Amino acid sequence: MSRPHTLRTKPAVTADEIRPELIRISRRRMLARGLSLGSLALLTGCDLSTHSGVDAALWAMLRFNDRVQAALFSRTRLAQTYPASAVTKPFRFNAYYEEWQVRETPSDWQLQLSGLIADKAPWTIDKLRALPQEAQVTRHICIEGWSQIGQWSGVPLHVFLQRVGADLKARYVSFKCFDGYSTSIDMPSALHSQTILALDFVGKPLAPEWGAPVRLRIPTKLGFKSAKNIKAISVTNTYPGGYWEDQGYNWFSGS
Amino acid sequence: MTKTLRRPAHPLQIRIMHWIGAISILCMMLSGWAIYNASPSLPFTFPRWMTLGGWLAGGIAWHITVMWVLFADGVAYLLYGFLSGHFRRDLRPLGPRAVIVDLVAALTGRLGHRLGHYNAVQRLLYVGVIVLICSSVATGLSIWKPVQLGWLSDIFGGYPFARGLHLAAMIGIALFVVVHLTLVVIFPRTLIAMLAGKAAEPEESAR
Repeated sequence: MSRPHTLRTKPAVTADEIRPELIRISRRRMLARGLSLGSLALLTGCDLSTHSGVDAALWAMLRFNDRVQAALFSRTRLAQTYPASAVTKPFRFNAYYEEWQVRETPSDWQLQLSGLIADKAPWTIDKLRALPQEAQVTRHICIEGWSQIGQWSGVPLHVFLQRVGADLKARYVSFKCFDGYSTSIDMPSALHSQTILALDFVGKPLAPEWGAPVRLRIPTKLGFKSAKNIKAISVTNTYPGGYWEDQGYNWFSGS
Repeated sequence: MTKTLRRPAHPLQIRIMHWIGAISILCMMLSGWAIYNASPSLPFTFPRWMTLGGWLAGGIAWHITVMWVLFADGVAYLLYGFLSGHFRRDLRPLGPRAVIVDLVAALTGRLGHRLGHYNAVQRLLYVGVIVLICSSVATGLSIWKPVQLGWLSDIFGGYPFARGLHLAAMIGIALFVVVHLTLVVIFPRTLIAMLAGKAAEPEESAR
């Protein structure tokens, strides 16, 4: 059994003694890194998923753009509508999963309500169909850039929110779906006359792939805001985010 | 030839606005390519290393961040260009005949390049790229806000067509950049003049 002859109790040099040198070296290294071509590669790596200052700045600018878009939004300005003959055929399926993974409506499905709502009793499809209905033929614009024209009808969301006694001064309306999806919108957009809880697509009750039994249809926002297969609606003042929004899609995404 | 011109080839304001604009256009183009890749309307996509933002959301975040820089720089430049006489003095088109004469002279290597003076082809290209950048901003706004700025989308033929025009404007700007950079390589002192502010050269008949 060998033991070191002496145990070093004190480091030969303490960090305090060489602090100025340490700072100079790290500064020089940072400068070199900043000036190197690698800095462009670092920038192109900023994709909202890192903890870099650049990504933080991008997130801050997304929030700024949310405020600009809220200011640009008008309750009375309508999305263009088209004749029924303009509906895109075949209509493209789109979700965060493949079409074969579409889920059927659970047998015990009811529309759940929570948050700043006076009457939180759950809703059935029959009750929703008994409310006033609106139809629209509008352009669905995907955040990816493609677009298609569809025909939807259902209950205007403002009618529904008033009916259940929602706090219309709250900031957000959020949607949870039984396919694991979620999204949220601002209250002024929720109260827009073309924002509907759609029950039908091209004259027929929604099929599972088009969002059965009830989906949001909001032509004043990009397509990913029109959540399908809704199971719960909540009215809240706490930012709810959403499936894509949490990964970096611009939250307001107004058209 | 006898009198030395004291004015710089490019005033400091122009040089600052040129470089802010150049970097913004680069960022807009690279982030635009990331967005394009999500749903390409031409039969190709851009390699990931050529894009900014890495994926659709990152590309959009860059695009709608840098657009403010480009917009501010562009408004400042247009105001300066009109108010200072820069557009009238340096960029006013000289007519098709002058463009043909200068283009033939350039292609046969007989066109002199005087710092601080713009020949007919340069004027055409610079006015062209300014118009293209303005169109890309306008078409970009029209596809960012096809409802709130629906009148603008209508001017450009509706959302899908406006999206195509936005892509076409990008291609036009990219072609300009290729020609512009090629000429900078051929006449490197123009790069020094845009960076360091050399004095304008006397206008002489070098052609």
